[in-house]
Amino acid sequence: MKSTLNKSGLQILKDFRHSKSGIAGIIILSALILMSLYSFLFVPLKLFREWNNPDSWINYPKNAAPAWTNTGIFGPKMPEHKILSINNAVVTDSTQDDLHLKKIAFTFDYMYDKFPKDFMITYTARYGQIQPLLQIDISRPDGKVFRLYEASLPSTQAGNHTLFSGRVFSTDRAISKNLQEYRNFGAYDPQAPEKMIFSDHEKMHVLKGKYTLIMSYYLFSDSDSVIDSGFILGGQVYGLMGTDELRRDLAIGILWGAPVALFIGLTVSIAAIFIGLLYGIFAGYKGGRIDEGLMRINDIFYTLPQLPILVILSVTIGRNIFLITGFLIIFGWVGTAKISRSLALQIKNLQYVEASKLLGQSDFKIIFKHIIPQLLPLTLASIAIAVPAAILGEAALSFIGLGDPTIPTWGQILHDANSAGAASRGLWWWVIPPGLMIAITGLAFVLIGNTMDTLANPRSRFKKS
Amino acid sequence: MLIVMLATLVLTIGLLGPTMDKILINSIKVGAVDSINQRAGQSFNSIEERQNYIDSQVQMQIKNLGLDEPWYSPKRFTNTVIKVITLDLGKSNFFTNDAGSASVRDIIVEKMPKTILLFTTSTIIVTIIGIYLGAFVASKAGSIWDRLNSAFAVFSGSFPTWWVGMLMIFAFAFTYHIFPARATPLSSPSDKFYFLDLVYHMILPLITIILVSFGSWAYIVRYFLVGVLNEDYISAKKAAGIPQKKIIYSHGLKNAAPPIITVVLLSLTGSFGGAIIVESVFDWPGMGKLYYDAINVFDIPIIVGVTYVSTLIFLITVFITDILYAYFDPRVKVG
Repeated sequence: MKSTLNKSGLQILKDFRHSKSGIAGIIILSALILMSLYSFLFVPLKLFREWNNPDSWINYPKNAAPAWTNTGIFGPKMPEHKILSINNAVVTDSTQDDLHLKKIAFTFDYMYDKFPKDFMITYTARYGQIQPLLQIDISRPDGKVFRLYEASLPSTQAGNHTLFSGRVFSTDRAISKNLQEYRNFGAYDPQAPEKMIFSDHEKMHVLKGKYTLIMSYYLFSDSDSVIDSGFILGGQVYGLMGTDELRRDLAIGILWGAPVALFIGLTVSIAAIFIGLLYGIFAGYKGGRIDEGLMRINDIFYTLPQLPILVILSVTIGRNIFLITGFLIIFGWVGTAKISRSLALQIKNLQYVEASKLLGQSDFKIIFKHIIPQLLPLTLASIAIAVPAAILGEAALSFIGLGDPTIPTWGQILHDANSAGAASRGLWWWVIPPGLMIAITGLAFVLIGNTMDTLANPRSRFKKS
Repeated sequence: MLIVMLATLVLTIGLLGPTMDKILINSIKVGAVDSINQRAGQSFNSIEERQNYIDSQVQMQIKNLGLDEPWYSPKRFTNTVIKVITLDLGKSNFFTNDAGSASVRDIIVEKMPKTILLFTTSTIIVTIIGIYLGAFVASKAGSIWDRLNSAFAVFSGSFPTWWVGMLMIFAFAFTYHIFPARATPLSSPSDKFYFLDLVYHMILPLITIILVSFGSWAYIVRYFLVGVLNEDYISAKKAAGIPQKKIIYSHGLKNAAPPIITVVLLSLTGSFGGAIIVESVFDWPGMGKLYYDAINVFDIPIIVGVTYVSTLIFLITVFITDILYAYFDPRVKVG
């Protein structure tokens, strides 16, 4: 018995290679698994954990389109959002008597057709009672140098050496005040200093070329130090997938959505199908009153409306991702129970099952040794077919706003997009990728499942009725 | 059939009973603290005194509402069943209907026709398209149309309806200003053009639901019809010279109907839930939108009420389907 089963398994595998849709499904699935691996290995877990914490996304742009849309062919080349950290800068230290000077120079190319939205300077420094002085200068491609900022850092409350992190925004009044000195160059706008800094003053448009931003920290004590400093140039496009209303990098959400979706889909379908399988086989094998009773319970589950009950369950019990997985299992097993019962009814009357019954084998052993192996190929197919329903179920629940708040899923990204009205505002990069990922994941499993189903049991589609 | 309906109702109450009680007790507690915070004159000497006062208030209200007994005690159980059957669903915390009533029943009664309008219209259209398209591809089994239809069914089946809705808004409301993005009509219900306005706003959600579901409908119809068309009695009819069209539409479809109905019943669960979410995407002022809003502000009476009513609508749909089944398959009546 066992050898023939193995053979059929091999045969299925062999036939599978010849099915185009099956291969397509496998390719999509492997791409998804690669995505999951990539996000596990290379995307910092911290960013993923902080998904719903607006503080950790403050350096990112708001509603920025993906960077690859910025070809410059179909319209003006939009400025790309730049986040420069101290690692991208040239740092020089010099000491004169007691005065310690730390210069941090950021050099970048500005080759865009539009002005940047804004800019921001971040710093983290350790200092005592005498506050360090910060000077910010920018040198432009045409040789002009503007002094943007000259002020001491805020005094620390404690007065002793504590770590202080702060930001200088482009809207800082000190900047527009400093720029007033260069007013006769033209293009002076106290509301938008970036226009003056980045414009060609004769032709009144963006001056393209190499800019250098120099931050000079004058430290008056040996124990003072500048730990970190960064420069953020606010642009209209960012990253692979763009960002959303809350400045979150959508690429991280989409990448991390893949393992979460695969986990939910596979756990729910495997658990649900096995519960259904055992339930159905037990009912079919036992027959009589037990069968009748079990099938009536099945009928009741069959007639329950899924989504409202799911909503009630997650409203009342909780929104943990594992709980949601459990709720989805509750509704997943019903169909399989029906099919496997009707198949068990057929198998139970086969001669070898009756023979082992006469030999006095326990029901448990018969079910596990003789009936389940017969249904295994079909079971694998049903598992694959059940995955999309589970993923869609979780996505629907998240979309209503009942997803796990600590984990970004594709459904939640779409929920946020919908509540921000992303579709009617034309923020397509926020709407299309998550939904497409849901659809593609579902499609992969449907393709694999359908192929396996036809191969394992060519008449299975008719048996379902 | 009635037994199954009643059993479902009992099971629903069983599922919701303990959690509903928990929610009610919680809301009583919050209410008690709120009422003390709002009352300026009341002052307490110590925190314990305040806490005792709150506790006694909470206990009193719990007793008044009969929440001291568990939900499965016969008295409360029958009460709940009677309440649900008479649709006495309590009062909403946040929402009112157009006339200003906060009763959950009034709100749902106002919203329900719109949901039924959208859901029924789309179901009817999808059924018609599905049957004709399915019959068409079944008569040409194996052709390019057949394969196209199967591929489309697989594709559309894995798309979330509400996401397609968002794409439709993007395409037809943002890029081309053909349809409004929000499906709530702008004119007031007393306006004589209100109905036209409503229909105009309904087009986009309607197209979305139809687009996503007709493919799988046609696929199901095609599948069972092809099975029936291979039967001997169909070949006999063909031999007798009855035209192909008549065979498919009157003999084939009627014999393929029972399994089709079973499968469609299964998919109805999904599309019903989908319709709820589609409403919230399009701001269609029906029950689904109400549900979505209620969940966002955690308005428990509304959530429970809409759940009950949608269960009821769902069961009625199932019931109608069963009657249809009996009509198409006379053997059911005997068994």
